[in-house]
Amino acid sequence: LQVDLWQPSSPFHIVEGTVADVRVPQNTTRSLLPYLQQANIQYTILISDLQQAIENQTGMRSHRNRRSLSEYNYEVYHSLEEIEDWMHYLNRTYSDLVHMFSVGKSYEGRPLYVLKLGKRSRPYKKAVWMDCGIHAREWIGPAFCQWFVKEALQTYQTDPDMRKMLTQLYFYIMPVFNVDGYSFSWTNDRFWRKTRSKNMRFHCHGVDANRNWKVKWCDEGASLHPCDDTYCGPFPESEPEVKAVAHFLRKHRKQIKAYLSFHAYAQMLLYPYSYKYATIPNFNCVESAAYNAVNALQSAYGVRYRYGPASSTLYVSSGSSMDWAYKNGIPYAFAFELRDTGHFGFLLPEMLIKPTCTETMLAVKNITLHLLKKCN
Amino acid sequence: GAMELPPSHFPAARAAAVAVGYLRYLRGGPGRRLELRELRRARRQDIDDVGHKYYLELELEDVLDNDRTVSCTAEVLYHLGSKTSAPDVQVTVQGELRSTEEADKEFYNRIRSLEKELVAENIPDSHGNIPPELEPIHLLAWVASGYVIWQNSTENTKLHLAQVKHVKQVKRSDEDLQFDYVVLLHEMVSQEVLPWEVSVLWHPQRGARVRRCHGPGAAR
Repeated sequence: LQVDLWQPSSPFHIVEGTVADVRVPQNTTRSLLPYLQQANIQYTILISDLQQAIENQTGMRSHRNRRSLSEYNYEVYHSLEEIEDWMHYLNRTYSDLVHMFSVGKSYEGRPLYVLKLGKRSRPYKKAVWMDCGIHAREWIGPAFCQWFVKEALQTYQTDPDMRKMLTQLYFYIMPVFNVDGYSFSWTNDRFWRKTRSKNMRFHCHGVDANRNWKVKWCDEGASLHPCDDTYCGPFPESEPEVKAVAHFLRKHRKQIKAYLSFHAYAQMLLYPYSYKYATIPNFNCVESAAYNAVNALQSAYGVRYRYGPASSTLYVSSGSSMDWAYKNGIPYAFAFELRDTGHFGFLLPEMLIKPTCTETMLAVKNITLHLLKKCN
Repeated sequence: GAMELPPSHFPAARAAAVAVGYLRYLRGGPGRRLELRELRRARRQDIDDVGHKYYLELELEDVLDNDRTVSCTAEVLYHLGSKTSAPDVQVTVQGELRSTEEADKEFYNRIRSLEKELVAENIPDSHGNIPPELEPIHLLAWVASGYVIWQNSTENTKLHLAQVKHVKQVKRSDEDLQFDYVVLLHEMVSQEVLPWEVSVLWHPQRGARVRRCHGPGAAR
């Protein structure tokens, strides 16, 4: 007869006059209980069905997680599956403010989900597009997109700025752009950057999704070699993810007034051009928006961001989503490079998610409110 | 003459990263973390038949000394055809850095008294965590990487330590500690993350010395 001893920690401590707790399978009780009675050992059944007790307990907890916005932990990194579950949950629970839809499928067949946020207050509203996770290893990006949605839903009734934003605008939020790459960075290679499309001739996978857009495609700052991390792809919009989002943005180009893309790391706020050293036509408006946004960001914890045209601030690159969005008529196109400046780099600790997102919120709100005002 | 460069633009920023890497190698240690807070001023001089020389005014912070500000000036000379030689770097620190004698001694004694040689991997881990007892090992990796970054930088690269993939202590008969690292370095312009093997000696008084380093393509 074997029992699972729960108390004390060792059989050596079982002595007369002390309590011992044991767990046995259901059928063992048929022989154990008569034995205890015969030996004149007193017993009490504390739990008659352990399986049921466990199910009750865990059932309750995940129940709570799934059904409460405040139970989702925004200060940890989430897998793709968790993020998708979270989006589905918001879609069901906040149907007056959130609408989840798909713009297409990834190379590996995953849906490309986007959340449309905003009050259906009037028939035609301008919109802001935000995407995170174009590059798989930049995990703080998707973390910020989730944080933004949480802030929007939790504060639009109490915060006049947020209420104004969600009343006057729609927000299209794509929490994970590069779903295949993001998943791969969780399961196989934490430093994966590109998509996961297969290459015919070489044994290398993936295209740099931020070099694959149709704007000065594969000129400077991008590589024609499929094994390189800045590979521009075999042709523009070769990546289904890029093609799907480009299609959506083209379709809504009159409605969308700002394009924000979130990357890491460098602590920068960048605007066009990436592919050349030149000043954009609406430089005054964009530069002042960036200047104010960076100051707003700094006001949270003193963290400094550099800002300017991508080509001179970061490096020259071609085929980027930001340049493409701008070329397509979206007047405010920005790329954020979030924390830090290299000490943790891509491996930003979870305890820095909250401060990073808090300060970035200030910048995004600042840009959005700037957008709502006239600028020439 | 030297022309003024905008500190917010990447050429000056890349030169600053080289200077900081060099300084970390010279003055960093398991108890000292130096970060660049701001590049205050940058100038560049193009010297015929020699190369490009950058003059920098840097504001660093000594993170473990309550983020105390440390001002530095630096000169970084990238040689013409710089694929074959490391940049020449000079750094002058204004004032004194806080002594790390106590922390260094404690780390030294702790490692020396280990029964088994220290072995660790993935510092930080995928979620950015570093067990506190491995923080000095992480800082020492930055010191060793500082050497590699200094030796292997050009005007077209910007290198950072992405992760310590693996570290193994090698017990020695002399007074030095030896750590053999495999570090992943992230190169910002090509966006490649590539492994480098670096073997480094460290001693509380003598500081860090790289014994050997070997990377993909170039071995210096």
